[in-house]
Amino acid sequence: MANKVATREAYGKALLVLGAENPNVVVLDADLSKSTKTADFAKKYPERFFNMGIAEANLLGTAAGLAAAGKIPFASTFAIFAVGRAFEQIRNSIAYPKLNVKIAATHSGITVGEDGGSHQAIEDVAIMRAVPNMVVLVPADGEETRQVVLAAAQYKGPVYIRMGRLDVPLLFGEEYRFEIGKANVLKKGTDVAIMANGVMVSMALEAASELADQGVSVSVVNVASVKPLDEETIVRIAKTTKAVVTAEEHNIIGGLGSAVAEVLGEKQPTPMVRVGLKDTFGESGRPLELLEKYGLTKAELVKAVHEVLAKKQR
Amino acid sequence: MTTIELKRVANVIRQDIISMLVTAKSGHPGGSLSAADIVATLFFNEMRINPKDPRWEERDRFVLSKGHAAPVLYSALAEKGYFPKEELQGLRQTGHMLQGHPDMKKTPGVDMSTGSLGQGLSAANGMALAGKLDGKDYRVFALLGDGEMAEGQIWEAAMAAAHYKLDNVTAILDFNGLQIDGATDSVMCSAPLTEKWRAFCWHVIEVDGHDIDALLAAFAEAKTVKGRPTIIIAKTVKGKGVSFMEDQAGWHGNAPSVEQGEQALKELREEAANLG
Repeated sequence: MANKVATREAYGKALLVLGAENPNVVVLDADLSKSTKTADFAKKYPERFFNMGIAEANLLGTAAGLAAAGKIPFASTFAIFAVGRAFEQIRNSIAYPKLNVKIAATHSGITVGEDGGSHQAIEDVAIMRAVPNMVVLVPADGEETRQVVLAAAQYKGPVYIRMGRLDVPLLFGEEYRFEIGKANVLKKGTDVAIMANGVMVSMALEAASELADQGVSVSVVNVASVKPLDEETIVRIAKTTKAVVTAEEHNIIGGLGSAVAEVLGEKQPTPMVRVGLKDTFGESGRPLELLEKYGLTKAELVKAVHEVLAKKQR
Repeated sequence: MTTIELKRVANVIRQDIISMLVTAKSGHPGGSLSAADIVATLFFNEMRINPKDPRWEERDRFVLSKGHAAPVLYSALAEKGYFPKEELQGLRQTGHMLQGHPDMKKTPGVDMSTGSLGQGLSAANGMALAGKLDGKDYRVFALLGDGEMAEGQIWEAAMAAAHYKLDNVTAILDFNGLQIDGATDSVMCSAPLTEKWRAFCWHVIEVDGHDIDALLAAFAEAKTVKGRPTIIIAKTVKGKGVSFMEDQAGWHGNAPSVEQGEQALKELREEAANLG
């Protein structure tokens, strides 16, 4: 079994690197610094850390002002409170003036687990993706998170980073290269492509191995950069496999599946199956049990691949 | 600048507001006119700014949280020389830089995009925090509306400014007592505002927002306050300077017709003549 680390943990560590490298990096939180893992930055760079209390609208609005004055603020809270509570602050105070704010949201998706549906953001990618000027990144493991955070700091403009609470397998080494706007082909196959991000990437790789044993050749594409989307790679892979499954820990409405469908619908119509939450809220439970219950598993991906193969052969 | 000079500037700003809105055929005269003396005092006396270098790092910042009063800000910026005065006639029109609400990407001198109420003070606080971090002595001014006091984010920001001891923040409340649906106290009672801001650990100064000398004194006092932010609660008259607009909620968001505009400008020119 591979080593596991939560993407939020990797975020906390990456912030320490940024803190040392760039004096303009500042961090804001809304009373969740132990959970979002900004607490280590707060300890090391107390003068550059601002706890805003449980007040997310002001958290994002203050981050906008810091950016307007030349800082690179990372504003952290749970995804549901950043995108949900403070949507319009993100839209009007950050994205509209294209201010250099990084919205680093943790606890996305149903793998929040026990806290239940009220705390599980399942629509955040859809919402952030629809906002002009916003970059939307969904890293799959610790290493990719590290690179995503560093890339976000380099990029000038608003970025939404979607991270999780759950420990997830380490997939990539330091030789891995994340780039904003680039998808990564992790495995090349000829029959079907699985395009995934976040926690679903490791499952996609496992599903591909199992399918290989069944004689099905599967490409696995990691689409951490949901916006901008690497249309070129998505179209190229879809041309090769002629069948696509998308996989995300998000509502099937508006997220990665929708983004891929939009591109393929216009440029390379391809049979598709979208794996994700089927327009439903989550609930309390252990994260792995919830993934099982809501169909976000290797087994579901295998099933989806057979389903899309059947469509392709029709 | 002397008091009489500032009064003349405020008068010119009021004339600009009327002529801009007549041309635009839409916009918000009431809350622009009520803020004219405050904005004139800030831009022509109080603030450390350089129209030739709108992004000067050492400049004082201004955030128009009540962004619908954009015309008062645009006029002040044009009169200061940030852009040619002819631009004022492009207000709210397709392809022109002066948006219905302030847009920092399009208009030189606008420090923050605003207009969605309740958000400006948070941004001002962020700029002030950055100034403290950088060891800079610039100050940040935020002009708030009284209808805006109903927005929860204002009070989140009020709390945070006091918590972080942002004595480089000066808020000015344009307390004109009216909002779209009527008297502010009848729409949503926010009284007592002085006590509320004091309870949020702010230094509170109450002034007549049309008395230039009182405003000058208030800004001078705000500069001396250390360890906490200051709010100047400026009692104003909505529509100030135009007889038929004064104290009328109906002039919140309606532009004057050409005839009404001429009448308003006539009154304002008479006032200018009296100022000498």
